[in-house]
Amino acid sequence: MRVLGIESSCDETGLAVYDTERGLLAHALHTQIALHAEYGGVVPELASRDHIRRLVPLLRQVMGASGCSLAELDAVAYTQGPGLAGALLVGCAFAEGLAASLGKPILPVHHLEGHLLSPLLAQEPPEFPFVALLVSGGHTQLMAVAGVGKYELLGETLDDAAGEAFDKTAKLLGLGYPGGPALSKLADVGQPGVFDLPRPMLHSGDFNFSFAGLKTAVLTLVRDKSEDRPDFPADVARAFQDALVEVLVKKSIAALKHTGMQRLVVAGGVGANRQLRQALNEAARKRRYRVYYPELEFCTDNGAMIAFAGAMRLMAGAQPRPAGVFAVRPRWPLNELMGA
Amino acid sequence: MQILALETSTDAGSCALWQDGQLLSASCPAGRPHSETLIPLVQQMLAEAGSGFACLDAIAFGMGPGAFTGLRVACGIAQGMAVALDRPLLPVGSLETMAWEAGGQRVVSLLDARMGEVYWGLCERHADEGIVLLEEPGLLLPDAVPLPSGEDWQIVGNALQAYPALGSRLAAWDCQPQILPQARSVAELGALALARGEALDPALAAPRYVRNKVARTTAERLADGGRP
Ligand SMILES: Nc1ncnc2c1ncn2[C@@H]1O[C@H](COP(=O)(O)OP(=O)(O)OP(=O)(O)O)[C@@H](O)[C@H]1O
Repeated sequence: MRVLGIESSCDETGLAVYDTERGLLAHALHTQIALHAEYGGVVPELASRDHIRRLVPLLRQVMGASGCSLAELDAVAYTQGPGLAGALLVGCAFAEGLAASLGKPILPVHHLEGHLLSPLLAQEPPEFPFVALLVSGGHTQLMAVAGVGKYELLGETLDDAAGEAFDKTAKLLGLGYPGGPALSKLADVGQPGVFDLPRPMLHSGDFNFSFAGLKTAVLTLVRDKSEDRPDFPADVARAFQDALVEVLVKKSIAALKHTGMQRLVVAGGVGANRQLRQALNEAARKRRYRVYYPELEFCTDNGAMIAFAGAMRLMAGAQPRPAGVFAVRPRWPLNELMGA
Repeated sequence: MQILALETSTDAGSCALWQDGQLLSASCPAGRPHSETLIPLVQQMLAEAGSGFACLDAIAFGMGPGAFTGLRVACGIAQGMAVALDRPLLPVGSLETMAWEAGGQRVVSLLDARMGEVYWGLCERHADEGIVLLEEPGLLLPDAVPLPSGEDWQIVGNALQAYPALGSRLAAWDCQPQILPQARSVAELGALALARGEALDPALAAPRYVRNKVARTTAERLADGGRP
């Protein structure tokens, strides 16, 4: 079975074709990072305006590269939510118009399910069941994943998401937008232990997170102690990353223990973070767990994970619906997907 | 020749089918989002006409100005259909569409742009070109809408009611506030554009927003003493 996937929930337009027998046939992505940079964050209206300019060229590109025609598709999957309402609606309208006139059915996909299953696109995919650590710009969650559609939320952030904490802290250090990757690079050259930042909720006894306080601690540090020392920003970045990584690692390991599962799957943009990967790998090795990551290009938003999630749903017996009547779900808790 | 037209630049969404000059049209039921009603309405209309997607030669859509989301619903659906069917698109402006609905020779279209502003179009009807905009469409404060020169202008659009002071300033002219963009006019203007060879590849068709400044850059906020 062959599924076209369309992602437009935030500032990336992604399209892909996934074939259940031959794997990922092609994918294409346009990121709007440069567009939003001078605004210091994603401007929803500008995101929508850009998506609608990109869809047709990206579709042609991905169909050309896939070597199959639109007529050979079995279904069209798109991100129905969660995300920016206007941005979601663009991908949605395009997909529905396309599918309705092709006579193909629709599979609406939950964006986080896309992220969650994205490590299964890798060369050596994990088997079910696994614990998933989802760390992106909008989400930080630990989930027990028994199979496609069988997700149990173990815990999540009570305020900022991990990626958001990275981006906001980067802004405090004057690293531009989105500063997560830049902050991470800077931290790599910083001295560990120069500053000691709090590990929020490390001993809360549950699987929830809180990162707003960490950002505030950095703000206080920058305001009160700001030193002219050229290494100061790097040392602060290092302290921030050390704190955040420690919490993520400890809670992930605790979740593995709690569920009795052996595999940890990391998904979402922050999963690209080098120090997080190193620390997770080390902690897991000691306890004989295995950690899986998506290919780097599928860590951030992309169409491949949406095509894949749609295809997995089809294989699991989901009934696609006829195209035509649609609505986006900007807020859509993943647990509403359980048992679906 | 068959042309499908989609128009959702205001709450009053509609679709139409143009078959060699014969028109069929349908309105979206009020009170529900266009995303839930437009495509089923199109499917029903095509079925009633004994037509189908494969019979279409081109797809016309209302490109605006109008409600941003509505413009993208029509444009997005039209793009999807055009790529699927390998057919061209015909973007038709909402201000021109309103002028065509009005039927007069010279028409000022005034569409409520919300946020205290008005989309303004100075339109003239030409024999085979349909409607020609005499100036670039504008985004104006109601007070800044210029009075037409001469008596023979029709003034149309919901801005006349949304801004009563504007309505009274123009009361000396033939005012028709109830006129809104309709798919049947999009279809007819689209047919004229197709005959002129103005069909577009779907990759090139886009909404016409007119309101182009929608956010302030970090530099602009800082210059005003705002936060980064
Ligand atoms: N190497 C890195 N280290 C830390 N953070 C990173 C790194 N690379 C990317 N990020 C962060 O990942 C986030 C983007 O990830 P992603 O695209 O998965 O999330 P999103 O689309 O913003 O949110 P969501 O998917 O939850 O809607 C940003 O916050 C970015 O700063």
